Amino acid sequence: MFKYFEPNKIFAITSRSPKYILFLFIIVLTIGLTEALILSPEDYKQSDAVRIMYVHVPAAWISLGIFSSLALLSLGSFVFKNKNFALISKSLAPSGFIFNIIALVTGSIWGKPTWGTWWAWDARITSMLILALFYGMYLLAWRIYEDKEQAIKVTSMIAILGVINVPIIKYSVDWWNTLHQPPSINVLSNNSIHMSMLIPLCIMTAAFALFSLLIFLMKYNTELIKVKNKGLDRL
Amino acid sequence: MINEIISMNGYGAYVWSAFSFTLISFVTLYFATKLQLSKEQKRFASKFGSLNVEKTKTARSQNINREILSNTSKV
Repeated sequence: MFKYFEPNKIFAITSRSPKYILFLFIIVLTIGLTEALILSPEDYKQSDAVRIMYVHVPAAWISLGIFSSLALLSLGSFVFKNKNFALISKSLAPSGFIFNIIALVTGSIWGKPTWGTWWAWDARITSMLILALFYGMYLLAWRIYEDKEQAIKVTSMIAILGVINVPIIKYSVDWWNTLHQPPSINVLSNNSIHMSMLIPLCIMTAAFALFSLLIFLMKYNTELIKVKNKGLDRL
Repeated sequence: MINEIISMNGYGAYVWSAFSFTLISFVTLYFATKLQLSKEQKRFASKFGSLNVEKTKTARSQNINREILSNTSKV
């Protein structure tokens, strides 16, 4: 099955699609920003400060999703000995890291008007900071190790170890008494968020997902060209 | 109307700084990634140009190399 996804076969698609994804991202982001900043209602308790949710929550979701994917792909590269998995993980990590930083910074900005503090060593916030450290270690390991085999091993171990933190982040608000509010959106039960806020949140999440796809494709193409550059040296 | 959007009931500084930080991060990451990509494309094109006739023929036989070159000409 993996032969259909070999870099040589999919490069024609991955090299042409970024411009279309960029176009779609700009459209979705424009709609999302209009909804988030102008059309959506203010919260009865937090007033307009609630609008920070439209960047904070999607950024947190996507950074968690990307790290989970890194772990899954790392496991896949161990099991199937497929180097393309490592290339995909390496290309996914930068956008995951940036989304993690966005979630931390916007969370801190949101914390000041709602909790009265920029930072608290609270379970959710601390576990998100730990995730940022894992992302940092993952990206650093790719830079430090020149031997590709060793880099794949070390980064895979970091991703697999780091994914233990993902359920801790998810359930931290249930397991401990935290400043952070419990989840408002639950796939399995009723949401406590009104549709007028849920729709802009979903649009912004779609925009952020498109942006991470765009960065992933550009990084993936860069990595493939790097491989081909080395191939030309060997000719 | 515009004043209301800017002030956000007194939370404008927080809301706008959160959105600005996000958008600046996006723009920075996008251009940094684009710069890396075009650098690699240019390096590939210059290496390809320095190959002899026989090696060029071998390299051209791979679809992916032709694809990279066609994208490089658009950079």
